[in-house]
Order: sequence, then C-alpha cells, then structure tokens
Amino acid sequence: MSIQIISPGALTTIQDYGRTGYGEIGIPPSGAVDAGAMEVANILVGNKMGEGVLECTLFGPTIHFTRDNVVAVTGANMNPKVDDKDIPMNTAIIVRAGENLTLGFAAAGCRSYISFSGGLDITECFGSKSTNMNCTIGGFYGRPLKANDEILFMKPVKNMSGMEKRIYKQREADTLPGTIRVVMGPQDDYFTKEGIDTFQTSIYKLTNDSNRMACKLTGPVISSKQPTDIISDGISLGSIQVSSNGQPIIMLSDRQTTGGYAKIGTVISSDIPIIAQCKPGDEIRFQSITLAEAHKIYKKYCKNTIKFQKRINRL
Amino acid sequence: MSEIRILPAGDLSLVVEFGNEISMVCNNKVRQLNQSLREKKITGIVETVPTFRSLLVYYDPSKIKYKKLCKYIKSFSVENGDAKAKTKRIIEIPVCYGGQYGEDLVDVARHVGMSETEVITIHSGVDYLIYMLGFLPGFPYLGGLDKRLECPRLPNPRTTIPAGSVGIGGEQTGVYPISSPGGWRLIGRTPLKLYDSERKDPTFYQAGDYIHFRPINENEFVDIEQLIQEGKYQCKIIMEGD
Repeated sequence: MSIQIISPGALTTIQDYGRTGYGEIGIPPSGAVDAGAMEVANILVGNKMGEGVLECTLFGPTIHFTRDNVVAVTGANMNPKVDDKDIPMNTAIIVRAGENLTLGFAAAGCRSYISFSGGLDITECFGSKSTNMNCTIGGFYGRPLKANDEILFMKPVKNMSGMEKRIYKQREADTLPGTIRVVMGPQDDYFTKEGIDTFQTSIYKLTNDSNRMACKLTGPVISSKQPTDIISDGISLGSIQVSSNGQPIIMLSDRQTTGGYAKIGTVISSDIPIIAQCKPGDEIRFQSITLAEAHKIYKKYCKNTIKFQKRINRL
Repeated sequence: MSEIRILPAGDLSLVVEFGNEISMVCNNKVRQLNQSLREKKITGIVETVPTFRSLLVYYDPSKIKYKKLCKYIKSFSVENGDAKAKTKRIIEIPVCYGGQYGEDLVDVARHVGMSETEVITIHSGVDYLIYMLGFLPGFPYLGGLDKRLECPRLPNPRTTIPAGSVGIGGEQTGVYPISSPGGWRLIGRTPLKLYDSERKDPTFYQAGDYIHFRPINENEFVDIEQLIQEGKYQCKIIMEGD
C-alpha cells in the first residue's frame, strides 16, 4: 500500500488525458476537466503531463501516506494541509509515510488536482487511467474513491532535485474574469440573429445540474429559427448545445460521444479550465473569436506549457 | 460529391457534413471518408467519430493547418466517390422474444394489429444497417425497421432496462448493450454481452455492419448464457456478397 483514503471528499476520481480513439464505438473520452491544472501538477513532480492524478471536486479528500513521495496540488485552492501544517498550492511537496494530506472546501474554483511522483498504479482501460463513473470503467473499479480504498505508487521518490524551485506561478489571465472564448458553430445557422446576439452578450449562470458530463447554464433564451433537434452527430469537448428551452449546455469530459441538439458554438480548449473551475451559481459570458485566433491561443498555450516543463526538468 | 460542408467545431475538431438526412447513401460517404482518413494516417488527425451524416475529426492544429486538413478531406471524398462495392458483414444476435425477456411484446403486437409471432417474424426477417454507435458504449443506431412495426415510445420511460434488451421506439429499433434508463418498448433480449470493456473487441460490430436478430427460445437463451460464462460462445458473423 502507498496511500489510503481516510475520507474521499465530495467526489474524487482518478483522471488523465482520457480516452482517444474509441469515440466511434461510443466510449466517452473522460479525462481531467481542467487538463491544464493536471499538466502543471504532473510537471511539478517530474511526471509525463498526462499521468493519472486525483481530481477532487468542491471538497477534497484526506489521504494517509504509508510511503514517502513527492506530490503537488493544483487547480482550485482547497487549503491543502499535511497533518496540521498548511502547504502551498502549485508547489512540489514531500509527504512522509505516516502523514496525512488533507484538502478542505474549495475557497475559489471547483476542482483540485493531486499528482504523485512516478504515478499511481492503476490499470489502464481503453488506453487511459481515467474514471468514467457512468460506464463504470477506468480508474479505481470505475468509481469515485471511497474511505479505506488503497492505491499503490508506481515509482515513488523520497526527494527531488531543486525542490525549492518546483513552483508554478499562475500566469495572468488574458481575458476578463468569467469570459469564455468560443468559436461559433458548427450549427450556429440554426439560430436567429437575435439568438446569436443574446448568446454573445448575455450573462449565463451555472446551475446545480452541472457535472463532469456537462455544465448546464441558465440565462436569457437563445432564439432559434427552427427546433434545435438535429440528426445526432459527434460532440466535441466544449460543444455548446442549445436544447429546446433555449438554454446553453457546455459539454465536458464525460460527455456522450454523440448528441441530438444544435451546437451554437464551441469553447476553445484553452478556456475549458475556466469552465472546469466554475461552481454552480458562478456567472460567465461568451466572447466569439475567429478560428485563426483560437489556433494562435492554442499554440501559445502549448508553447508555455512545454517551456514550463523544460524549466522544471532542468532542475 | 459537391455537397460536403466542413464546419469548425472549436479549435481542435471539425465536422464534415454530407447532408441533412438519414440515408444509406449519405452514411456510406461518411464511412468511406472515415476509412480513407484512417488508411492515409495523416499526421495531426487525432481521432474520428462517424455519425449518421457527418464525420467529426479531432486534430492537432500544431501538427496540421486547418486549411490543409480541409483540402485533404475534400480531395479524399472526391477520390472515393460512392460506388465502391462492399462486402456485407452481418452480425447474428440471438434474441429470445416475448415473455419475461420482452415484456412489451404483447402491447406492441396489439398496437400494430398483429400476432406476437408475426411481429417476431417481421422483426427478425431484416438485416439492420448500423448507421453509427453512440449514446452508450456500443449502442448501435440501426436503420431498416419495417414500417408496420413502428410503435410510440413508452409514456413513462423505465429507470433501468437490462443489458441486452431489444426494443422498438418510434421508427427505430435497437439493442441496449449495457443497462440504462430508456423509453423504448422491449420486445426481447439477447444473452450476448454486446459490450465488454475487458474483451479484446469491446463490441462485436462497427458502423457499416449489419445486425440480424435470430429468434431463440428460453432454453437456448440459458444455454448461450452458460456458454458465454464459460467463454465458449462464438458470435456468428456472416460475410455476404464478396
């Protein structure tokens, strides 16, 4: 044994980049909703960026260590502690055998990520360690972690070089708080000009009915030229479906592979982490950008991540 | 093939639309493009998801430019046309109709004004084309239900439908690979595990294959279930028209 779950928190699952290549047989992709925070957590402890981590939602777990290892906590700040001592976010930390790592309520944000150097010993299903609770596959028996669950480390370490420099400084956001950038389409032609205007200028609030599959929003009705039922087609990460009541739904990691509502736009990949960190009641607004701009942002995001990884790996 | 539309779906995927209808011709084109893209192994294409009338293509914009990808897609679809003769791959699915396995068969028969036996004969007398998989792991969207068997969905959907259930919902028929809520009228059940994440081939079939339902009795159902448990059951696959 390497870690034992003392209390699981509200919803703690194992996640990585998710499943690629099985969409055509209907297997949802899954994976960390805030993939950016997962990448940072893994980089800090010297893992490959898509190693399996714990994704903790709203209220985190208490984890007992029976072996030493280096960990990092990223994403939402849940005031992490080792035993009774506060530990910093976005920083590699040594946890000793016998100590407890505890995450509390999310002060800001919604999802925290805990990485373990060398990774967790979890069998891959369809090429991924990600838990899909709806299909009961992947992760720990296809379910959220429970008290007394025990997981082994693969290659734990007692220490790492340059520990004091294994820190991630949050970059300043290049958008206003709560602004989500979207590329319009693929089915924006189902909506009236007023509907598009409403979508691009209104404030939408996350409802309680939001989870790893989708964020359901509430706000001004987006009017359409015709019913928004379409012949079922593929759903991407960040697809914004508009159902018959005119309310937008942002599709996330555990989304079904196909769906039958018109998609007015798609959240750009670099802004999915913003949605991932929204709690029910939080407000967002959509800003339309061109595909070329979206690609520029994506490339910059990748470049920054790789730069950060190189810096840490040099330590 | 002049009518294709390529639409961006965010920064990491695009949709290739071949029309706005559920038809074999349209669906054929989707699968042909899917096949071509797969065979050519284009750098930068991450994954493809074929559906009724469109193909979702996930790509990495740092490996391939959007415009270049669009050009590729257009050239491939033209190259292929839609006249390629194909072998028909038919997956035989044994189904025990009625009784405890198909609680709604009586109602369906009454609704369509036939005997239960007639419903079974018609339902099992067709090879159903798998247009796409989606909704649930391994869930096949089938085409080809005889119009005479069309029957509205249940007014109150069931909260759980057992895995393997075969049902009719409106103008569609299908089979539930895993247990799920659902509003279709259940006319039978197969003992086969249509989806198994532990199996090398998690589903026996893919989009473009056909499904044939073979009526079996309760004894055969139990026998096949036993064989499956012992790992001795071989799913029957028929190749036609080579």
